[in-house]
Amino acid sequence: MRPNRPFVTVLFWTLLSVLTLFPIYWLFVISVKPAVELFTTPSVLLETVYWKNYVKVLGDDTLRRYMFNSIMISSGNALLVTTLAFMACYALSRFDLAGKENIFFWTITNRMAPAAVFLLPFFLLFTQVFVIGDWKLYDTRTGMILLYCTFNLPFAIWTLRPTIDAIPKELDEAATVDGATTWQVIREVIFPLARPGLAVTLILTWVFAWNEFLLAATLTSFNARTITTGLSEYVTTTGTEWGTMAAIAIITLVPALIVFSVVQRHIVAGLTFGAVKE
Amino acid sequence: MRSNRVGWLLLAPTIAILAIFGIVPFLYVLYVAFHQWNPFGANPYMVYNGADNFRRLVFDAEFLTSIGVTMKFAFFAVVSEVALGYLLAQLFMREFPGRGFFRTIHTLPLIVAPIVVGSVWRLMTTPSIGIIPYLLKNWTGYDLNIGRDATTAFALTVIMDIWHWTPLVTLTLLAALVSLPKEPFEQAQIDGANRWQIFWHVTLPMIRPAILATVFIRLMDALRTVDEVWMLTGGGPGAATRYVGLHIWKLVFPKTDYGYGSAISIIVLYLTLVMCWLLYVALVARRDQKRPA
Repeated sequence: MRPNRPFVTVLFWTLLSVLTLFPIYWLFVISVKPAVELFTTPSVLLETVYWKNYVKVLGDDTLRRYMFNSIMISSGNALLVTTLAFMACYALSRFDLAGKENIFFWTITNRMAPAAVFLLPFFLLFTQVFVIGDWKLYDTRTGMILLYCTFNLPFAIWTLRPTIDAIPKELDEAATVDGATTWQVIREVIFPLARPGLAVTLILTWVFAWNEFLLAATLTSFNARTITTGLSEYVTTTGTEWGTMAAIAIITLVPALIVFSVVQRHIVAGLTFGAVKE
Repeated sequence: MRSNRVGWLLLAPTIAILAIFGIVPFLYVLYVAFHQWNPFGANPYMVYNGADNFRRLVFDAEFLTSIGVTMKFAFFAVVSEVALGYLLAQLFMREFPGRGFFRTIHTLPLIVAPIVVGSVWRLMTTPSIGIIPYLLKNWTGYDLNIGRDATTAFALTVIMDIWHWTPLVTLTLLAALVSLPKEPFEQAQIDGANRWQIFWHVTLPMIRPAILATVFIRLMDALRTVDEVWMLTGGGPGAATRYVGLHIWKLVFPKTDYGYGSAISIIVLYLTLVMCWLLYVALVARRDQKRPA
């Protein structure tokens, strides 16, 4: 390895961070300006800070509800998807199932479809097929959690599979010889080694669910409406309330950041493969 | 080998969910694609018209143009993101002060919703009120106007996409890199391999599956981009950034031409599938050949 030059590395990351953060900083700038000031000559620095947008957003019960829905839907979906993908990848990686590579490829095709036309069949499924008496899947958090599997589950399976495949088979064979059940192998051998992959999958599926817009806009109305959709209600054809939208957008970064920083800790080299005995 | 029944059981929930929410809607769209249907038009009923929709799209210049620009967009965006994302992931493998902090900053763009990303970039780049044209004009005298210049508008959508999605590549490749066994690297160093040789003969073969998966995901997501570009350029100027996703959106929503929209979606889905399948076969086959016995 080349000698480590931390100063150069830190300088590089600092410069890159400025580029990365600039649009987010600008989002913040928009959120603390009164509407009229947005359309004057821009300046990089803020002279005055106008908090009214935040006061308005934080005091809004509806938006708080949307926020709660978003947190429930994203977390529910990310956990469900990561668990199912973990099971599926283990099966695809370790069992000799007929046609498994075709199944693997088929899963990803569910992410390829352009969304616009598929809104209609989803809408019909949600309002006319999944109906029990007065209850409909439409506008429920459960519905959204299940629906988001269509794009998140293929994603999770595809990002997790290389990780699981890379775990040497000798490890689970050794454990099986020692009398471990499939469940014990998954829990004691695969899970700890797949932790970085699982963490990244969890983060990214959470983010995809959090940011999803088209499906939530079509398939929810109030009870399960998400904050991303709520925020878009301020983007209208007659004129956008940029300030309010930006303030909501900034606030929605907070839960996402918390999830990120908690889960990111697991993206480190876990137990290494030194455990394999030759 | 243990009983395959356990394997199928582990796969069953995934197959069930994707069958209900994937295959059923697909069949519906496929059915509609063979009909003339505009629910808000003069005749709101579905009329079977055979392959007319498909015949129409082959000669639809707007659609063909949009396929072309979408491919160009996906190519530039995905290649840059994967190259950049891999480099950054490698940099995160080193020890340096504030690594966790910089990693969090680097992943921030991901947590901004696409619709917000598009809005911010639009406000930043709109001539006369945006900060970027203003600074460029003052510093270099260059006049950035995405409403007028097709190439700039296209380049800007690519840059926005790179800004937004490179962190995804970094994260997935970082997860793959930290999971790699250490022994092959140590062995290669003992054998006196240089950095390039280590990359080419040790790292790359081991993380090829992860790179492949990431390229796929980014490729298909880039091919169906809607929200961000819609907010940034609205598909303009002219049809310069009217990517297929936007094209379908415009057919289905303002025009409510469901029959034709469905046919186009089926074709786009088919093209994406074929492209990914060819890539998959080419790269996976090669990996299997190279795998040491």
